[in-house]
Amino acid sequence: MRSAIIAASLLLAVLVVPLSAGAAGDGPALQEANIDLKDKASLQRGAKYFANYCMGCHSLQYMRYNRMAADLDIPEDELTQNLIFGDAKPGDVMTNAMRPQDGESWFGKVVPDLTLVTRWRSPDWVYTYLKSYYVDDSRPFGVNNLVFDKVGMPHVLSNLQGVQAPVYAEGHAAEGAVPHIVGVELVEPGELTVEEYDSMVRDLTNFLTYVGEPYKLERRSLGLYVLLFLGLMFILTYYLKKEFWKDIH
Amino acid sequence: MSIDSAQPAPTGALGWVDKRFPIMRVWSEHFADYYAPKNMGFWSLFGSLAMVVLVLQIVTGIWLAMAYKPSATEAFASVEYIMRDVNWGWLIRYMHSTGASFFFILVYLHMFRGLMWGSYKPPRELLWIIGVIIYLAMMATAFFGYLLPWGQMSYWGAQVIVNLFAAVPGIGPDLSVWVRGDYVISDVTLNRFFAFHFVIPFVLAALVFLHIVALHRVGSTNPDGIEIKAKKDENGKPLDGISFHPYYTVKDMVGLVVFLAIFSAVVFYAPDFGGLFLEPPNFQPADPLVTPPHIAPVWYFTPYYAMLRAVPPIGGSQFPGVLVMFGAIGIMFLLPWLDRSGVRSIRYKGNLSKGFLAAFAVSFVVLAYLGLQPVSDLATLMAQIFTVIYFAFFLLMPIYTKLEKTKPVPERVTS
Repeated sequence: MRSAIIAASLLLAVLVVPLSAGAAGDGPALQEANIDLKDKASLQRGAKYFANYCMGCHSLQYMRYNRMAADLDIPEDELTQNLIFGDAKPGDVMTNAMRPQDGESWFGKVVPDLTLVTRWRSPDWVYTYLKSYYVDDSRPFGVNNLVFDKVGMPHVLSNLQGVQAPVYAEGHAAEGAVPHIVGVELVEPGELTVEEYDSMVRDLTNFLTYVGEPYKLERRSLGLYVLLFLGLMFILTYYLKKEFWKDIH
Repeated sequence: MSIDSAQPAPTGALGWVDKRFPIMRVWSEHFADYYAPKNMGFWSLFGSLAMVVLVLQIVTGIWLAMAYKPSATEAFASVEYIMRDVNWGWLIRYMHSTGASFFFILVYLHMFRGLMWGSYKPPRELLWIIGVIIYLAMMATAFFGYLLPWGQMSYWGAQVIVNLFAAVPGIGPDLSVWVRGDYVISDVTLNRFFAFHFVIPFVLAALVFLHIVALHRVGSTNPDGIEIKAKKDENGKPLDGISFHPYYTVKDMVGLVVFLAIFSAVVFYAPDFGGLFLEPPNFQPADPLVTPPHIAPVWYFTPYYAMLRAVPPIGGSQFPGVLVMFGAIGIMFLLPWLDRSGVRSIRYKGNLSKGFLAAFAVSFVVLAYLGLQPVSDLATLMAQIFTVIYFAFFLLMPIYTKLEKTKPVPERVTS
């Protein structure tokens, strides 16, 4: 028993110590996205927002339209009329007409594909990013971002969110001080209230998180059955072992 | 073997086979009449579990190879294709990626058990050495395999490691080009790494076979470090031994079920394992023009990576660090001859041995942690201290095992 405890603590030490350290990142604190992958209505809205606001430039090159429609309960006519632009078929992946060199010439870099963005960033990062644009006249599109300094992308949701200005740390105006931005504040409201905009960005984040791992819910529900089966197997094998070993002293 | 005379010769299909292949003899020698110490307990599980994971890796790997494309332009997309469009592809892939990490967890526990029980001491030196070769082959396979998803960390991790060869004096630059087949990690490198990643596991399986042959020649040791063959009953059966089958087969089955439950919990609920088993930057395709801000190998290599970074370059050459890194693994080959203690198990060794073993285990874990962190002065200093402790465990062993007073070893195993 004692050796089992030693082993378990060693195992935990090996695994958990780096884990907790890996979680700490740099840059400003991220806001919690609080997404819910089971909320189909939110995912459907997110898909609609993505098609309307993002997909002109950003592709989802590993995601198929019909997979999305099946997973999000989107009827086929709805899919073909409102979500598929151009002559793509439901079985196609969700690409667009943007060429890599277009991004280079318009934004200074190739526009990234977003299929896996929530996996190499995180859902919280995407959520915070979409809320962290602020006015910065030194940038080509007049905006910068708190979590992505010198971002090449314009604030495409600006008319919805409104205009945000940077909030500086105290004493920034002092002679020779390097301006340090601690946050943003809304200086000019957009078409949506703050709550409405947050909810829209949450839907988008939810959708992109779904796209990053469409089988996530399936994986979790299957896992339960596997663990239940192994639980039964444990009872069987445990008593089998006990029966065989009862004569060994 | 007594079983041949005691039991009637098999008939029917089994008899047909047995006349042509010694199936009954193999069964009796390695299962029914193979006597293992009855007190092996919990720590003896990890060897057989590691073997199960090797099979799991080979099987899932073959299925992954059916849809994977070892090409710089297609590799990343083919992994996503497996994850999304291949039936159960996500499950096969997560089992494979999780299996790699668990393989190392099990082997590290198995090796630590060997250190505790003194399993490397005579007559088990060759058994231990085959084990170290298995460990090296595992690391090679893991290294080659890690490039295959062709993500940013795959690419830059391989770049960093292959560049180590360039530090070899004289032939270094040519050597690294020879390993890569190109001046940078490229399609050529990916192709050859795929070839090696596919074939080394079968070499590994052959080595595991040799490991077991050697084990069954000398017999399993136990937490007391006593030779059970020394005390036998009138039938020649070790008094403290029990037959591997059925006793250890049923016991290992319990261990296997518990292991599979832990393994499944990770596969189904946390396959990324907080960015440790699948690192976030690896969800971005490899980009030779963009170096990620922080490059770290996967966790099971990080103790050695921390040592590499801990050694300051001498005359602008990284070679000393490379030597220390490979020396940390190479020194394991010498272990059977470094331990001069009169007893095998840590139970009966003195406090010096216990202290050094504990310090060694701690230094391995701390170095693994440090290897994942960005470079800082404090981290480098700590890595230097723990690298010294790591080597002190081996290099001072002839002294402290000789110096210390050992406890008397009992005649028979204790429970």
